[in-house]
Amino acid sequence: MSALPFATQLLHVLAAGLLLLSFAMLTQRRTRRLVVLLAWQGAVLTASTLLIAATAHLPHLYWSAALTLTVKVGLLPWLLLRLVRRLGVERDSEPLVNVPTLMLVGLALVIFAFGLAQPISALATTVTRQTLGIALAVILLAFLMLIARRTAVTQVIGFLALENGLFFAATSTTYGMPMVIELGIALDVLVGVFVFGIFFFQIREQFDSLDLQHLEALKED
Amino acid sequence: MNAPMHLAPLLGLIAVWLMLGAAGLVQPRSTGWVARVLFPLGALVALGVAAIGGAALADGFAPERWVLPLGLPDLPFHLRLDALSGFFLALLGVAGAGISMFAAGYFREGEGTAPGLLGLQYHVFLASMALVVLADDAYLFMVAWETMALSSYFLVATQHRIPEIRRAGFLYLLMAHVGALALLLCFGVLHGGSWEMTFDAMRGGALPPAWASVAFLLALFGFGTKAGLVPLHVWLPEAHPAAPSPVSAMMSGLMLKTAVYGLLRVGMDLLSGGAWWWGLLAMALGLGSAMFGAVFAAVQTDMKRLLAYSSIENIGLIFTGVGLAMLCRAFGMHALAALALAAALIHAFNHALFKSLLFLATGSVLHATRERSLGKLGGLIRRMPWVALLALVGTLAIAGLPPLNGFVSEWLLLQAFLSTPAIPHAFINMIVPLGAAVVALTAALAGYVMVKFYGVIFLGQPREPSLMHAHDAGWLERIGLAWLALGCVAVGVLPQVALDATAGVTQALAGTALQRGPAPWWIAPVATAQASYSGLWLLAGMLGVVAVTFVLVRRLYHGRVRRTPPWNCGYPWLTPRMQDTAEGFGQPIRRIFGPVFRIEREVPSPTDSAPRYRIRIDDRFWHALYLPIVGAVRGVADAVAVLQRGRLAVYLLYSFLTLIVLLVFVL
Repeated sequence: MSALPFATQLLHVLAAGLLLLSFAMLTQRRTRRLVVLLAWQGAVLTASTLLIAATAHLPHLYWSAALTLTVKVGLLPWLLLRLVRRLGVERDSEPLVNVPTLMLVGLALVIFAFGLAQPISALATTVTRQTLGIALAVILLAFLMLIARRTAVTQVIGFLALENGLFFAATSTTYGMPMVIELGIALDVLVGVFVFGIFFFQIREQFDSLDLQHLEALKED
Repeated sequence: MNAPMHLAPLLGLIAVWLMLGAAGLVQPRSTGWVARVLFPLGALVALGVAAIGGAALADGFAPERWVLPLGLPDLPFHLRLDALSGFFLALLGVAGAGISMFAAGYFREGEGTAPGLLGLQYHVFLASMALVVLADDAYLFMVAWETMALSSYFLVATQHRIPEIRRAGFLYLLMAHVGALALLLCFGVLHGGSWEMTFDAMRGGALPPAWASVAFLLALFGFGTKAGLVPLHVWLPEAHPAAPSPVSAMMSGLMLKTAVYGLLRVGMDLLSGGAWWWGLLAMALGLGSAMFGAVFAAVQTDMKRLLAYSSIENIGLIFTGVGLAMLCRAFGMHALAALALAAALIHAFNHALFKSLLFLATGSVLHATRERSLGKLGGLIRRMPWVALLALVGTLAIAGLPPLNGFVSEWLLLQAFLSTPAIPHAFINMIVPLGAAVVALTAALAGYVMVKFYGVIFLGQPREPSLMHAHDAGWLERIGLAWLALGCVAVGVLPQVALDATAGVTQALAGTALQRGPAPWWIAPVATAQASYSGLWLLAGMLGVVAVTFVLVRRLYHGRVRRTPPWNCGYPWLTPRMQDTAEGFGQPIRRIFGPVFRIEREVPSPTDSAPRYRIRIDDRFWHALYLPIVGAVRGVADAVAVLQRGRLAVYLLYSFLTLIVLLVFVL
């Protein structure tokens, strides 16, 4: 292990930070904090992308990092915080599964993700191949958060965390996607958040609450 | 590869059809532009298609192929014009021209869909039918087939504001898709693992017999659904009456024939005959459909439903001929196979003519009286002499009376049946005469049905006072009707011309052409000594007898004419209510074939002051076969609905678990 170059070790540290942030999001109940954690995740992503760009000498990744910084650290958290303030959903209600159970399931998922990534990492040639397991774990944890949360705003945050994990997986296995695709995804996410925002107001208008339990009334019997 | 001398202009004509359809959208609300200008042009194009199709029937015509630079990458459209497609193109063009001319006069302002849209759907329907018979690969065939189904669906649902019509359209669409699915599977079997979608590859590929049988059964199911073969016929009596009359004529006269074409193409060309029981199965289904259709037509009280059931009967006869041809071919009796095949083809052509003619005539009646129930019509021969005369030609033709065309094909079919004792198989030898008996019975029942159809609508006295204001069809409609009636007479009087037209097809599919008759008006397909028929001589004889009688009557009775009310058998007055009704006319059939129907009847009690008699005749297949399937589908759907919990978390859990399971597979 000592043979690893400094940059790679730094990358591993960043990846570990990303995983830690995912667990933190899984346990965090305050919506505002959740948004901050999401912004932090974006910041770590930016840092790791910059690092990869510098070590692998890939100029297009600088653009990618800049895009991540503006959209995921700047624009989206700002939008979400505004939404939280205007909707007045400071506190999320109790998650569907209690937090310790959620942590245990999360642990199992991380182990599963690492086991899954082992054969793929062995095939990859990039400097970042060791981090694929973490990327998969971030995706699965975000999915878990999507399932366990009740309100609509936290659903969106989970969705964005999922996207972060996918982005990290892409940069760590193949040095990122082509610029056009990345721009497209960024736009999609942005538009998605806008649409969600509109839906929130509609849902609240209809049910006087953002709790998704009310949507069960929509089922056809 | 020879230059596409015929295919290129043919494709041009099909493109003109599509352009005519698109031109209708320029002024979609203008009936004058769409109906009076575009539809007659479409009729001219149809004549061109018929001419090129007819050219492909000439002796020594080599099949023409053309690969179009259209379609998906690496999967271009293949076209092929041979005798079989030429025959069906001629059928499409000849009958289509008459229907288009009629439609030009038929469509009025403010009925359902805008005329421009209707014109587009109509011409797309025509073009897709032409492409179905020209397709030389499974891909283009399915594309054209589905286009045909969809465009006709929209035409059926023209008056979509009426719930029954929506329901009929949905049933039609559903059955069309079930059938198309079977065809897709059939082609999937036919390519035999080579993934070559051209018909040439399928023709060459030798399938194991078991798989060939699977392919044939799928094709029989798929094409049978489109043709309305019993028990796959349920959509037909619903969809035909729901559509506007020219569309009913197109569906019954032309679209059902594409199914016949498809079965011939797949069963006799691509699979080249196959086992003997294929033919027996097709024949049995055809005979069943023929009987079923004739019996049900006899008890109908809606004139378009009556014709729809009559279509089932005629399709049954055509399938009987096809099945007999396949049976004979499987035993190596090529001359007999050619005879049965020629009978089936000519009957298909005849049916396109006379059934279109009759559907169009009902359209004229419908427009003139706004009535389609037979119980409210009657006596229209006085108000609508043109329609009555031309419909009479169609009625006599469909009833199989000489010297019209229906007789020719039914005579040929019976000739084919009568020659079958040569089949070297004892069991089949016992069954085939039964088939001949069923054909004869069907022909008789068809005559009965047609007497009812014509007698109740056109003869007798008007059953409703409003019928006194009925008006005859316009001149465009008359041209269309007259063209089709002329076709009926022409085929009947010059049967050898029709038989010659089938020579190329029988040569290709049955291995031999029939022997030529002594003259264009004289056919003797088996042996001149055994049986021959001359339409022209018969016509001349009939005209002679009529003329002599006429002259004699005038000579002997001249000046002694006394006018009295007819049928005044002791009754001082006669009211329309004393006439035989449609129900009354069909009553003997309802009695004799009672177990075939599902009858619900309300008979009033003797003391009822306002007596009401109600009878409802249903199809047993609907209750015994289709409703259980509907129930089963609903049951499965309800079982699947358990998954629908209405909770977002549960739905997310579904996709999460699926993801995990898939990842475990990778692991």
